[in-house]
Amino acid sequence: MRFVEYKGKKVFARYGLEIPRGIAVSTPEEARKAAQKLGGEVFVKAQVPIGGRGKAGGIKYAADPAEAEKRASEILGMDIKGYKVKEVYIEEKIDIAGEIYLGITLDRSAGMPVVILSAEGGIDIEEVARTKPEKVVRNHIDPLWGFHSYQLRQVAYKAGISEDLIGDIVKMGLKLYEIFIDNDAVLAEINPAVVTPERKLVCGDSKLEIDDNALFKHPDLAALNEGIEENTLEAEARAKGISFVELDGNIAVIGNGAGLVMGTLDSLSLEGGSAANFLDVGGGALASKVEDALEIALKLKNVKAVLINIFGGITRCDEVARGIVAALKRLKPSVPIIVRLAGNNEEEGRRILRESGLNIHIFESMRTAAINAVRFSREERI
Amino acid sequence: MSILADRETKVLIQGITGREGSHHTELMLKYGTKIVGGTSPGKGGQKVHGVPVFNTVWEAVEETGAEASIIFVPPKFALDALYEAVEAGLRLIICITEGIPVLEMMHAIRKIKVLYPDTVLIGPNCPGLINPGECNLGIMPGSVFKPGNVGIISRSGTLTYQIAYNMVEAGIGQSTVVGVGGDPFIGTRFVDLVKIFNEDPKTKALCIIGEIGGTDEEEAAQYIKENVDKPVVAYIAGQTAPPGKRMGHAGAIISGSSGTAQSKIKAFKEAGVEVAKAPYEAAYILKKMIRKNLFSI
Repeated sequence: MRFVEYKGKKVFARYGLEIPRGIAVSTPEEARKAAQKLGGEVFVKAQVPIGGRGKAGGIKYAADPAEAEKRASEILGMDIKGYKVKEVYIEEKIDIAGEIYLGITLDRSAGMPVVILSAEGGIDIEEVARTKPEKVVRNHIDPLWGFHSYQLRQVAYKAGISEDLIGDIVKMGLKLYEIFIDNDAVLAEINPAVVTPERKLVCGDSKLEIDDNALFKHPDLAALNEGIEENTLEAEARAKGISFVELDGNIAVIGNGAGLVMGTLDSLSLEGGSAANFLDVGGGALASKVEDALEIALKLKNVKAVLINIFGGITRCDEVARGIVAALKRLKPSVPIIVRLAGNNEEEGRRILRESGLNIHIFESMRTAAINAVRFSREERI
Repeated sequence: MSILADRETKVLIQGITGREGSHHTELMLKYGTKIVGGTSPGKGGQKVHGVPVFNTVWEAVEETGAEASIIFVPPKFALDALYEAVEAGLRLIICITEGIPVLEMMHAIRKIKVLYPDTVLIGPNCPGLINPGECNLGIMPGSVFKPGNVGIISRSGTLTYQIAYNMVEAGIGQSTVVGVGGDPFIGTRFVDLVKIFNEDPKTKALCIIGEIGGTDEEEAAQYIKENVDKPVVAYIAGQTAPPGKRMGHAGAIISGSSGTAQSKIKAFKEAGVEVAKAPYEAAYILKKMIRKNLFSI
């Protein structure tokens, strides 16, 4: 679960990190009032849980409340990488003397967290990492050893942080690690940590992503983030216990098991087509779940065919077939439905589909199913 | 002899009285797995499909001599079950549970590695392992597999069944099949299993089923390049997945430029591994390897 900037900052502030004053609003009118309260000169920042907002035009300066209102009306409703801007954060303007990058994330191959620091923070950090990798310093944090000041000092000296800021960077880093561990984060990042002309460190931005598996331990965080669901279809799927990602092709895909679904997307691409989504009904899916899955898949725009690829291991093909039949009878889709059932109870499953009287294209092998789904997706129908 | 477990391995089921635990105990028993006991706190003395239930792992090990354990405990309690199994001295622990908090699992794996270096943990969020014709430790559908000499290592469940099914159709059986799990932090990684399979005389060829996210495939490829002469085929799921989106598995995500299918495919090709473009190509490639006498079945 990813937080938008101001909610991440709320969490950061609880741990004593310095954040600028700001107010989140959802209308231009409120933006004007907020700017007034904050002294006039502000930044208007789109609140979407994804990086690259600045470059997408989602962060703008406003010299006075009237301009803040205008900027807010431009930014609200914008689409930033698939996220519609529903809220803007009106934040007091702070003067910037320097920008530092400080982040903690998980290094899977090392099996431990890693702290990352650069004296050249800001929106071009990825560019810095690519062109001047020596300017981005990393240090692993062994969970058995803990995270200590000396490690941060070491990293700070290596990154070329100026002497007068090292004490504050150490404090900020230790707090960020506390936030990371306490909240079961997979990413906690301050970019930029702004150095003010008074040589103080302030969080210019926040990125906080919490492990979905750990949300049950943090009901407060889940509540804090309510209503920031990204893509609505993805949210709808999640509520039904279905793993779903929207893609940009025209063949809707339903399958069981993440690997098999990814394999289905790859197969479609290999055969010359492209998938409209990733959808995994999970192991041992019941008919009702398959029905939900079809309902979601059919809501996708521009779908020319639906491919259902099931390998029955724990899942029973007859159960899946019942779900398909029920969904098709209710939803009456106009696009061709291609079904491939194999494994556990496959014959019974295929019989149910054949005897339903519905127009379902049934295949036994994954490859022929993929080839036919691609063929159907290309046919112009009247 | 198969790797990690055989028909004589004494197995314990943690969470045996739960719906999943009990259902799969029945299936594993039918397959011939030597399940000697189960645990479920507060339910000691009961029996599940004829298997005695104990309150603690320690007691179960004492009474039955169990050497391996399979964890079917819900995510909230799975780590406790894992720590209990490790301390009780089980040498092989398979954690089926999906949804365990990532940071806690990372801690647990690190501790086990340092304090109990001989314990083998497979998973979490994995389908377990099967030695066709010998024993089934987990939730893989036994009927899909057939005894043979190709070892399979996979991060996925159903995709493994699909590929094994294609292999069996082509007349190719398996020595041992291990699902390592779909989480970002897992106890046994591809490279660990490549080492074990490489030394297993029964395994003549390897099939690696990877997916986007992390660098385990690259790590395994490097090892294969330097140490493995057995023929290897690989398939990487998620070649068309967009960056930043979690594709079902917690671990299947491209973060920035790391974890892409392209990087994994490149590493495998450089190691002399043949890479399938779609799941169903893996069995064709193995068949081709047999025709070219790279190995025989």
